[in-house]
Amino acid sequence: MRDFGPSRRLALLCGVLLSLPLPALAADGEAIMQKGGANPAAMPCITCHGADGKGMAGGFPRLSGLPEDYLAKQLRDFKSGSRQNPIMQPIASALTDEEVAAVAKAYAQRPKVNVQATPGGRPVEGSGAWIALRGLWDRNVPECTLCHGPAGVGVGSHFPPLAGQSAEYIEAQLKAWRGEKAVAATKKAKAIPAVAPTRRNDPNGLMQHIAVDLSDAEIKAVAEYFGSLGDSKEPFDETQHRLR
Amino acid sequence: MTTISVRLAVLLLPLLMASGAMAVDTARLDDQTQLPKAPKKVSGTKYFQPPAEGEIPNNAFGELVRRGQDLFMNTKALAPQYVGNEMNCVNCHIDRGRKANSAPLWAAYPMYPAYRKKNNKVNTFVERMQGCFQFSMNGKPPAADSEVLTALTAYAYWMSTNAPIGKALPGRGFDEPPPPKGGYDIGRGKVVYEKQCAICHGDNGEGKKVGVTSVFPPLWGKDSYNWGAGMHRINTAAGFIQHNMPLGRGETLSDQDAWDVAAFINSHERPQDPRLVNGSIEETRKRYHADDGVNLYGVTVNGTLLGQGVK
Repeated sequence: MRDFGPSRRLALLCGVLLSLPLPALAADGEAIMQKGGANPAAMPCITCHGADGKGMAGGFPRLSGLPEDYLAKQLRDFKSGSRQNPIMQPIASALTDEEVAAVAKAYAQRPKVNVQATPGGRPVEGSGAWIALRGLWDRNVPECTLCHGPAGVGVGSHFPPLAGQSAEYIEAQLKAWRGEKAVAATKKAKAIPAVAPTRRNDPNGLMQHIAVDLSDAEIKAVAEYFGSLGDSKEPFDETQHRLR
Repeated sequence: MTTISVRLAVLLLPLLMASGAMAVDTARLDDQTQLPKAPKKVSGTKYFQPPAEGEIPNNAFGELVRRGQDLFMNTKALAPQYVGNEMNCVNCHIDRGRKANSAPLWAAYPMYPAYRKKNNKVNTFVERMQGCFQFSMNGKPPAADSEVLTALTAYAYWMSTNAPIGKALPGRGFDEPPPPKGGYDIGRGKVVYEKQCAICHGDNGEGKKVGVTSVFPPLWGKDSYNWGAGMHRINTAAGFIQHNMPLGRGETLSDQDAWDVAAFINSHERPQDPRLVNGSIEETRKRYHADDGVNLYGVTVNGTLLGQGVK
């Protein structure tokens, strides 16, 4: 005990302090939404995703009620560049790992989208609803709801809800997975170079293949179908089956 | 016997018979593979094209066809009394029973009634569907004249519009790939499963649900097909997987991978074969599994005897 001098005491004090909860330093998901991350480049989420986290016009997606693991993965993928977006990449890169985890958890705890059991009734062939509910199996395109769940409510951590997202956002994502093919020059127009996909973060390449096999018109139609589902005011009785 | 009681007996008789018909003679449903082999599709030709959904007529018949399609897609939700697990017809018959090499209805319906060597009987299409309920859906077969089987029959009949009767069409069944020359390997199959399948079907083959509704079907365990289902055969599962899995990316796995992963899936415990003979796995294996394709019922894998069943 002889060497219980000032430096030792300081070390002990630090040890005690570190073992206490430190609310000032722990990442607070709600605070990140409202005020941004510790790094000022990580702007507040609500600026673009809305105060309620349900997204905003201009293709800013809903985050409220999305699966925690899915949200965290997207932020990590923006950081790594497997999902590219000029607005989100700098923001995600400015968030620490703890902040990513905290904000993903906070949004996952917000309300999920409410969708009625069978929105829209029987789809008509060639419509967006048809692609969503029946698929285009002659091109091996499964119906969206087969993986994203009946009514597009989302399944597990890997298949996010499509219901509750805007048509603008869904269309942009399908095109991000697809990229653009090169267009050869004509007498009237110059050649347009190919655009590589800006989203490559789908597990097992499941979305890239689907997006490549859809036309622009089909992408727009299916995006409009999910965009039209909206957020129902009546909660769905979870003890009931959702029909395909 | 008084007149009244006779009348009562007459009234009750159809009820008793209906409930008697529920207990289907299991020996008549045991076999799934005795139809003539479907020919390969000639390259450059298309598979049979069933009519479009929009062509279902708007009349009483059309209503029944639509009801059949609804049952086909939502079997557990709409016919829960007959489904003992979390499977729906559409899980094995992709695209509502329309997709070639996913046991399409348009190729099956015109092949019945069919004689089956194993039970030495002619089986109707309805009896074939009863087999699906008993084995693939681990449930109780609906009566032959039930609304459920009548609607499903109407759906299959409508889908077979313009299909030749009694002619094996390319695309029927699952077009099973031949067994790999070096055999299959459960360990390799586990690697394929973890990489390609677990994302949807879960780390333990449990599938995934939304609320009470099954989205990705369980592949083993108590909520999956039982040991009597055709899919418990590795060769059959390999065919389904090679042509249809992962969803939308069918025919990307090699035949070897399809066999390996089919073996991995079917080396897990599942509900008991309802035909269990004298409570004996050994007797049941001899009678129903020994000559039924490639399967692991009654086989010891990694020190565990398979075929014990789970509830």
